Order: sequence, then C-alpha cells, then structure tokens
Amino acid sequence: MAEMDEPMVVDGGSGVSFEWGGRWSHIKKFLERPGPFTHPDFEPGTEALTGFRNINVVDMDTIDVSNLNRQFLFRPKDVGRPKAEVAADFINSRVPGCCVVPHFKKIQDLDETFYRQFHIIVCGLDSIVARRWMNGMLLSLLVYEDGVLDPGSIIPLIDGGTEGFKGNARVILPGMTACIDCTLELYPPQINFPMCTIASMPRLPEHCIEYVRILQWPKELPFGDGVVLDGDDPEHIQWVFQRSLERAAEFSITGVTYRLTQGVVKRIIPAVASTNAVIAAACATEVFKLATSAYIPLSNYMVFNDVDGLYTYTFEAERKENCSACRQVPQDLHFQQSSKLQEVLDFLTENASLQMKSPAITATVEGKNKTLYLQSVPSIEQRTRANLSKTLKELGLTDGQELAVADSTTPQTVMFRLCFTS
Amino acid sequence: TMAATKASKEQKYDRQLRLWGDHGQETLENAHVCLINATATGTEILKNLVLPGIGAFTIVDGHTVSGEDAGNNFFLSNNSIGRNRAQAATELLQELNGDVSGNFVEESPDKLLDNDPEFFHRFTIVIGVQLPESTCLRLGSVLWNASVPFLICKTYGLIGYMRLVVQEHTVIESHPDNALEDLRLDQPFEEFKNHTNSYDLDSMDKKDHSHTPWIIIVAKYLEKWLSEHNDQLPKNYKEKEAFRQTIREGIIKTDGGVPEDEENFEEAIKNVNTALNLTKIPSSIENLFNSEQCNSITSQSSPFWVMLRAVKEFVHDEGKGSLPVRGTIPDMIADSQKFINLQNVYREKAMQDAAAVSKHVECLLRSVGKPPESISEKDIKLFCKNASFLRVVRCRSLAEEYSVDSVNKDEIASYMDNPDSEMVFYLMLRAVDRFYQQHSRYPGVYNYQVEEDINKLKVCVNSLLQEYSLSVNIKDDYIHEFCRYGAAEPHTVSAFLGGSAAQEAIKIISHQFVPFNNTFIYNAMSQTSATFQL
Repeated sequence: MAEMDEPMVVDGGSGVSFEWGGRWSHIKKFLERPGPFTHPDFEPGTEALTGFRNINVVDMDTIDVSNLNRQFLFRPKDVGRPKAEVAADFINSRVPGCCVVPHFKKIQDLDETFYRQFHIIVCGLDSIVARRWMNGMLLSLLVYEDGVLDPGSIIPLIDGGTEGFKGNARVILPGMTACIDCTLELYPPQINFPMCTIASMPRLPEHCIEYVRILQWPKELPFGDGVVLDGDDPEHIQWVFQRSLERAAEFSITGVTYRLTQGVVKRIIPAVASTNAVIAAACATEVFKLATSAYIPLSNYMVFNDVDGLYTYTFEAERKENCSACRQVPQDLHFQQSSKLQEVLDFLTENASLQMKSPAITATVEGKNKTLYLQSVPSIEQRTRANLSKTLKELGLTDGQELAVADSTTPQTVMFRLCFTS
Repeated sequence: TMAATKASKEQKYDRQLRLWGDHGQETLENAHVCLINATATGTEILKNLVLPGIGAFTIVDGHTVSGEDAGNNFFLSNNSIGRNRAQAATELLQELNGDVSGNFVEESPDKLLDNDPEFFHRFTIVIGVQLPESTCLRLGSVLWNASVPFLICKTYGLIGYMRLVVQEHTVIESHPDNALEDLRLDQPFEEFKNHTNSYDLDSMDKKDHSHTPWIIIVAKYLEKWLSEHNDQLPKNYKEKEAFRQTIREGIIKTDGGVPEDEENFEEAIKNVNTALNLTKIPSSIENLFNSEQCNSITSQSSPFWVMLRAVKEFVHDEGKGSLPVRGTIPDMIADSQKFINLQNVYREKAMQDAAAVSKHVECLLRSVGKPPESISEKDIKLFCKNASFLRVVRCRSLAEEYSVDSVNKDEIASYMDNPDSEMVFYLMLRAVDRFYQQHSRYPGVYNYQVEEDINKLKVCVNSLLQEYSLSVNIKDDYIHEFCRYGAAEPHTVSAFLGGSAAQEAIKIISHQFVPFNNTFIYNAMSQTSATFQL
C-alpha cells in the first residue's frame, strides 16, 4: 500500500501556504515515528510542524568584504549593509514560508520584554563579554517561587564559537545547567605584550607593530587630532605598517608585513567556512532536539578540532558552586579592613572566575546608597577616584555587608558579601 | 585589472590566507573538484569549497529534483522540482563565488563508469555522496588506479559517515598544534658554542645579566654541569632539580643576600625540563626514512621523496645523526640585540643545513636525469624547517576494506567490546547497504515498512557479521533505529558533514594539515564522533 504524501499546510501568517509534496519528508521520520533513542517526553505526531516558527536575528555589524569567504548569505553587492537585514532578506527569499525578522542592534540594546518572547536563543557571538551578557539576561528572566525554579521561565541558550580550525558548541539551560560564567576558566584571558618590551626591548615583528599602535600613533596623530586608529581604514594600516618597518629596521627585526600589521591591529582571528559550518550545524541540531523533544539534547559541551584528522570531545560541564552569575547566593569577598578599595577592584577584574571589565561598586553605608567607584562616567570617576586609595574601614564598610557590582559582562548587578579577615 | 582582482581576492580571502598562506590558496584555485550527487550533503560540502575559492567544480548527477530534495537542500528551490539536479544545484552554488567555475554533467556515475571511466581522471579529488556500495566499489577501483583521491560521504538519519581513499598523501606543512622547540642544547653546534662563549655571566652588569636569553643561561650552566658530572646530562628528577638549583643560585643578589627579580632566570628554570629533551629524530620520520619510496628514488619520485632522501643522506653525513636545524626560537625575556643575535645563530645554522640538503637534492636529481633546479631552494628550505613534522597518510583501498581476506576484524571487534561505540553505526551502514543490494531500496522509507523491515534488516546484519566472521553483538535498538531513519538525510547532519568533508578535501588539495585515516563516524544524537582505520 503506497503511502500518500499529503502536502502539509503551514500558515506563514499571511494565509498563503508554502507547500509542495515531500517538503517535510526527511524531517517527518523524526517527528512521526517512535524510536528507542527518543527523549522520554517525545510523542510521535505531526503537531510540531504545524504552528509557525518565526526567527529573529540580532546583529550590530555591517558586512565587510572579508566576511565573504565564509558568510554565505552575503554577496559583494551587500558590503556595507547590516548583516541582520541582508541575512533575513536572503533566507526569506530562499526558504518559502520562513519569516526572519532582523534587528540591526547590539544585543544590549534590547531588553527583557524582547528576549522573553523566545523559546530558544542561539548565539554565534564574537566575544566572551557579549556571551556573558546574554547569559546574564536569560538568568534574569528566571522566576523562583519559594526558592524553587519555575521551569516555564527557562529559555535554553545554545552557544557556538570558532577560531580557525577549532570550535565548540554548548547547550545551557539557565538556572539548571552550567552557565557561561560557571566555565569562565575555560577561556584563558587575552595576553598582551608587556609595555617595557614594546617600549624599549622589541624582539618580534608584533612588538614593533604594537609600539606604533600604542605609542607612536597617539603621539603623532598622523590623520589629525582626535582621529583614532581605525583598523578598517587601509590608509591607517598602511601608515602603521610603514612605521613598524622603520621600528623593526632599527632593531634588525624581520617579518613585518602588511598582513601581520593588520592582524595585530585588528586582533584578527583566522576563519574559514568549514569550521563555522560544523559548529553551526551542531547548534542547529540542538535547536531541533529542543524544539521537538525528538532526542535528548547535548549534555552539554562539545569541542571540535580538525587540524589533524577530526577530533571531537563531548563532556558535561558542571555548574560552579559559587558562580557569581547563576547561583542565587551572594559571593563572599575576603579582604582585610585595611585593604584598599583598589585591591577589591583589582580582584574583580583579575580573578579568573570573574574577569570583569570595569566594575562599578556601590554599597549601602549608614542607610544611604553610596557609589564607591564608577569608571564609565567621567564625572563620577573623578569624584570617586579618591576612594580607591582609601581602606575599606575608612569607607565605612562593615563585615558581612553587601556590595552591588555592575559591569558590562552582565545585565544585572552582582551581589557580593564583604568578609573581613584578620 | 589583474592587480585589482588580486587585491580584492586578498581582502576577500584574508581570514583563510592566515591559515594556509598564498601558496595554499594557489593550490585551491588550481583544483577541480568533482561532486557526485547534489543532495543536501553534497551541496553543503561544495558550498564550503566554493566559498574559499576552488578553481572549478563539476557536479555529476543523473537525478531530477524531487519535492523531498527541495525540502532539505538550501541549494535547490521548489521551482527546480522536475529539473536535472546537477544543473539546478550548480546555479545556486555558482552564485556563491564568481571566482569559481561551476560545471555539471547530467549523468549517473554508473553510466560514466560504463562508458567513460577516464572522465574521472581529470579531477583533483572526487567526492561521492549517498552512493550505493556497488558504485563506491567500482568508482573506488578506477580512482585508486588513477591515483585520484576519493572521499565518500553519507548522511543516514542522524549518522554522518566519511571514508577517505588515497594511496599516498604527503604533507610537508602539517602545522602541529604543540610542537617542541629545536634548540639542540644537549648537542650544541659549533656556532652556538662560540656564541655562548661570548657571554661571561659573572662579569656582566645587572641590566645585561637580567636580559640575557634563557637559552644562553641554560647552555652556560649546562656546560658547567657537564664538566662536573663526567659529561653526563641531568637525567632524572633529582638531577634536574639540582641543575635548576645551580641556575637559581646564579640569580644576582643584593648586598643583603636577597635574590633580585630576574625574570629571564625564572624562564630558564621553568624551561629546564623541555630544554634538556634529547635531540632525536622522531620515530615517524625514521619510519619514512626506511620506506620503499625513500630508498628507491627514480625519475618518477615526487619532490617530497627526493627531499626526504636528501635529508636522510644529510642525517648520515653533515647532520651527524640529526635532522637539519629548524632555525626558530621562542620569544623570551631579553634585550633586542641579544635576542636577535641568538636568533640569527639558529637561522644561519638552519640556512647552512638547508644548503647542505640542497646539494644532496641536486645530486639525486642528476642521478635520475632531472634538472637540479626542478626543486626550488624555497621548497627545500620549507621542507627542512618542517623536517620533524612531515606526515604521510596511506589509506587502505575499499577493496581491502571489503574483502573477507583483508577486512580489519581486529579493529572492528575491539571497538565493539563497547556495544554502543560509534563502530556500531559503521556496521549498520554496511548492513543497510546490503539491504539495498537485496531489496533495491533502503529500509523503512515508508511508515508502513518500518515494522516489517526490522526483521529483514536484522537478516542483513547477521549475514554481514557471518560473512566477515565477526563475533560482535549489535543491539536490536540500533536495528530498529536504522529502520526508523528511513534513509532520511536531515539538513543539520548534512551540514555537519558538509563542513567536515570540505576541510578534508582542502587538506588533500593543499597538502597542508593532516587528513583523517580513513573512516569517520559522526553521531548527531550524542554529538560524538570517532575515527577508525578500516
């Protein structure tokens, strides 16, 4: 008995159906058939395909010609246009019935009302700071009733990242499984060259380039006052390149090239289509599993490397006991009464599990909310700078009191508890 | 203009040029890739080859686009239903990159093998996707005899499969992730000894003392140690610790006897362990020296083998048992002049060694009647720099994998000690191939077939195991699951293979980085993978 392949109607929201026979044939086998490896919650049926999925994409960037070697939704004619908009246009036109809504914005420009509407969030961000922010945003949406997490408030986060031939994909269930901050130590902090090497003892071509970028440019301001070095401006790079050659010649250092210059100035990370395809595919597979319960999702971290053959390693990253992001309990800070506020600031930025960028510290002192130090607003920075050299005792802080810390790495303030040591 | 095109390509390909260089890019742009079957898996692979700018591709596919095809393939639209699949896919792949030349042949590979097998000889690599076993074996034999690399890929439900078939693939630039330095501290060469002799640590002022490269420091203290220990290097932990202590004692002290902050000395102490590694030829390189291709150089020998033979001769002659010096040193605390001078000592030695190897190359080329310039200085230098990292990948042929006489029973059985090992998916793929041979279809394609095909598939599994005398157990769950898959080719699994296979193809084309050998299985259910040598 031959099976009739009924065209399925999917409502694109405009009442028009975008269907043809066999369209969902490959997928239906995973939705309609029971099997030995399905998720315990899985119920075979076709409901998952009816009801319409819309996709929102957020990206603050515009398209650059160097994106074209791997970002396959973009063409030379699109250079300069917002990525989110071009991607949406391309997909909407290539995949009938798909409705991608673009947002040419930073992720930080959108708030809880925006993020709350989604079933799943997928990230392909280019910085750890941004990942931590998104992580914090989803954590802030969690609802606890009497200390118990309401599972309906959990929005799964699928995060993918690549560098050259290496990549990773992970599934985060905020409040339940390891979050970005739980595993911060997996990302070693970026190493910069020591200033004395750059200033007086260069040995590598990179040292010469950094010298020009950090010391020579601000001194000579070659393109005018207030004109900051722009890594995307070929004229700027050319200037840096020439000066770097001169610097290198002074010390008999070889190896300064235009390509190296640009790489150092822009902190370029090599990238190819293949690695990105692998990681994106792994992430998409997880979206499929989460959306359909067809299989148990990745639990919870996969790394990939195809420099020598193909290597994958899959493991379950554990939640950190005292994670400053996803644990409900304020983290203890151990300092002496005589410690200076600067020491607290240094700890917040240098500690491998916190790695804050420019934390703003406030506390309740004698019943009043007091900003101890804030760097990002110049007038407040000036006003509070003196506090850095004062001791915690001098600032009126007491043992056990809470400090609220705000930082770009998280949308919510992080609470700490001051514990004086003798 | 030519210059403008070159400049815009430099910009476009910048991010990948940083990985495989201009010379790697050139090999891609001269490559002609053949894809057989423009299924989702096939087009995803090709997308990741077209974007980085291969010279040309040809899609061989006799199928017409079905509704199913348009449903899982980003490079086919519903408007192309009924059209030839090779042609339809070529259009949407071609528009990804104007630098690439896209072609198509509306023909099944079996027909081409019948009528014109030499058609396949023109390609740099052939990638066969969703091919039945019989076609794979036929094509495998033709390509093996023509020395054309063959990459077989298959997406089957949530399982991805790749098989690389290449007789001999040489790699000079393997780009190892964590390579040991080549410092020769255990057997310092003449020029290095002269250079360390030019330092007198005891008579240096503090600034110079604190900015002396750690390599010099270790060399100096090692010299002293050898003279006091009967020319024996520190061998065990105790001796190395004692040696580290001698260096620590060399740190300048204040008048009060407090050691100053000398980072270069700390570096020396930290690096003692690796610095004392004995200089030796890796066993993998020794194996290459002992191979047939190295020992019988003919006019047919590739430059790789000629250069390897030359290096072997160098090792026995000027090298005094060691490979040519690599010539690079890591960055370290030091003032510019001391570092550059030390770096130049290594660089010059490397150049000297490369020149000596060059002489051997010239001799070898002359002895087989080839012009001595046919291998360039540049290539010889690159070879010498990578002498410790050379790799040769030899894959068994499909015939060897499939023959009862040469099947790799041990590999299969030992992995199947764990019945949930990825090896079970390899066996299931072989079983469904068998099913296809018998029933001219795959199991469970239609819902009503799933139940009844389980037993039929089980028969295939058992006959497979019996034929190869494999006493392994395949759980019923996997047989059920493979019927459930109904030979579906879900897009996300195709895309994972698309990235994986494309990079393996790039490795084959560019001869950079190391291809897998020879069977790769990806399990999208658990996001795990494994590589087997079958």
